[in-house]
Amino acid sequence: MSKFLKSAFVALSMLAVATPAMAGKFDLGREATAAEVAAWDIDIRPDGQGLPEGKGTVAQGEEIYAEKCASCHGDFGEGIDRWPVLAGGQDSLKSERPVKTIGSYWPYLSTVFDYVNRAMPFGEAQSLEPDEVYAITAYLLNLNDVVDSDFELSKQNFVKTRLPNEANFIADARPDTPVVAKGTEPCMKDCKPDAVKITGTARVLDVTPDEAKKQTGSLD
Amino acid sequence: MSDETGKSKTKTSRRRFLGAGLALGGAAIAGRAHASEGEAAILEKKDWNQYLGDGVDARPYGHPSEFEKSVVRRNVAWLTADPVSSVNFTPLHDLDGIITPNGLCFERHHAGIAEVDPAEHRLMINGLVDKQIVFTMADIMRFPRENRVYFLECAANSGMEWRGAQLNGCQFTHGMIHNVMYTGVPLKLLLEEAGVKTNAKWIMPEGADASAMTRSVPLAKAMEDCLVAFKMNGEALRPEQGYPLRLVVPGWEGNMWVKWLRRLEVGDEPWHHREETSKYTDLLENGKARRFTWEMDAKSVITNPSPQAPLLHKKGQTVITGIAWSGRGTIDRVDVSVDGGRNWMPARIDGPSLDKSMHRFYLDFDWDGSPLLLQSRAVDSTGYVQPTKNQLRAERGTNSIYHNNGIQTWHVKANGEVENVEVS
Repeated sequence: MSKFLKSAFVALSMLAVATPAMAGKFDLGREATAAEVAAWDIDIRPDGQGLPEGKGTVAQGEEIYAEKCASCHGDFGEGIDRWPVLAGGQDSLKSERPVKTIGSYWPYLSTVFDYVNRAMPFGEAQSLEPDEVYAITAYLLNLNDVVDSDFELSKQNFVKTRLPNEANFIADARPDTPVVAKGTEPCMKDCKPDAVKITGTARVLDVTPDEAKKQTGSLD
Repeated sequence: MSDETGKSKTKTSRRRFLGAGLALGGAAIAGRAHASEGEAAILEKKDWNQYLGDGVDARPYGHPSEFEKSVVRRNVAWLTADPVSSVNFTPLHDLDGIITPNGLCFERHHAGIAEVDPAEHRLMINGLVDKQIVFTMADIMRFPRENRVYFLECAANSGMEWRGAQLNGCQFTHGMIHNVMYTGVPLKLLLEEAGVKTNAKWIMPEGADASAMTRSVPLAKAMEDCLVAFKMNGEALRPEQGYPLRLVVPGWEGNMWVKWLRRLEVGDEPWHHREETSKYTDLLENGKARRFTWEMDAKSVITNPSPQAPLLHKKGQTVITGIAWSGRGTIDRVDVSVDGGRNWMPARIDGPSLDKSMHRFYLDFDWDGSPLLLQSRAVDSTGYVQPTKNQLRAERGTNSIYHNNGIQTWHVKANGEVENVEVS
């Protein structure tokens, strides 16, 4: 590096250090205040980033859950009507009707805390105190047999509390069906050896019968 | 002015009176036009041939003809627990071309429609940036803009069909898609305004509604082609589509296109939030689940005929039409089969062929009146061939819910009725 470039580089670096909140190209917007960032930045990551100070026990969680969650999710996380099932379903993922719950499916506990904290109770989002969210999360762990009934969850022991299905998530492997070279014509004639037969017809003719409820998984 | 209004009222009353007379004496009047002389549609004068219609002030925001009342989004109530956290479907069988009208774009909310006052809306960028920054809507409107047509498809579109044909109508099997022109600011420009730190790898958009929707988006995608959009098809976003601001993530699953966008956090790791762990992960037959399956694979469907749009004209010339799209580029070709995928005919793509946008195809077809097993198959600009449903099931089983882009079969019966079927 020439002497000139080197000194120019140093000068630029110093400039960057001197003005960390340098205006952007268009000089639009204003710097957020610390209080504004704190008010909105509530997200939690699996490594614990974002967790607030706090703690809560299974027993405390059970009380809050009974009052604020059980009317939709059921006393034991079994789900009322089509509301999400939160507990159980262990060893069901390979079955014809998998039951995907916190205990059977979710990879990270941080997802439970984050979601309860940002979006629950349904219709009264972001009304829970951190200790309440810790307590509800502890109770959900207990409902899923991940912790004992005397467990207390806190910021300190959060990251080492793991969910059983964490290792079963894998990367996207698509495309997992044929790709042809660009410009190649796909099969156009006699692509199936025999005349094609109908093997099944739509089960739901008017789209809204009750029986269909039992035959399909919830989209929510 | 008052005089004008008075005149108008008089005319309306007269028209109503005449209308009532026609209804009462309908049989007698109809009798005047004998079938042998020709069609009543021509031989009889209609109200609209004779009397004046509404003036320009009657419909300051226009709406479709009253004869198009059935062209609406529809819900399938049993799919979700509550209409506030639910989905409805675009009536694809009633539409043509490639643009979805704003009022017919399917809706998916997790906490209902947020009614956001744009004057009180802010977009914050925080995390690994040089300057944590806040924009007003007025600020955002001062950035350079782009116009792009993109499809938005829910990853769960056709998700009810994994275990076999279930819903009778392309509105329900394929209607979680819309295609509009967005006007917005490249996300790259907003991120550069905040100054992204060198260790940043991900961004997390967050919505302002009561679900505070979040997803993790790789920084590379954010810098490549994402938009922060405020207009759709020329007008402000509809409230149900995220007014006043939504994220556009071209070619990727609709859940990532966060509506009512209020915050973008920049980070070095993904967040693994609910909508990318519990939901929008693809459970395979072996119990493993794929995550971060963002791209929407090439897909097509015949919209006419289809169960809600039967072939009513008996045999002869008919227009078979449908739509095709790919999250990896444009559509190179669409082929149509009338024998359940044994033999194929190239369809004609008409209208704009845009990157990550819906394409419209047609097959002008002389129907001999015999039953058909209609299919369409799209090939995209990467050479990806739309697979059969059985190919997908062989790879993934039937518990995936998401990313079902398999070839759809419609059984057209001799009487013109159409049914959703599975074939060998």
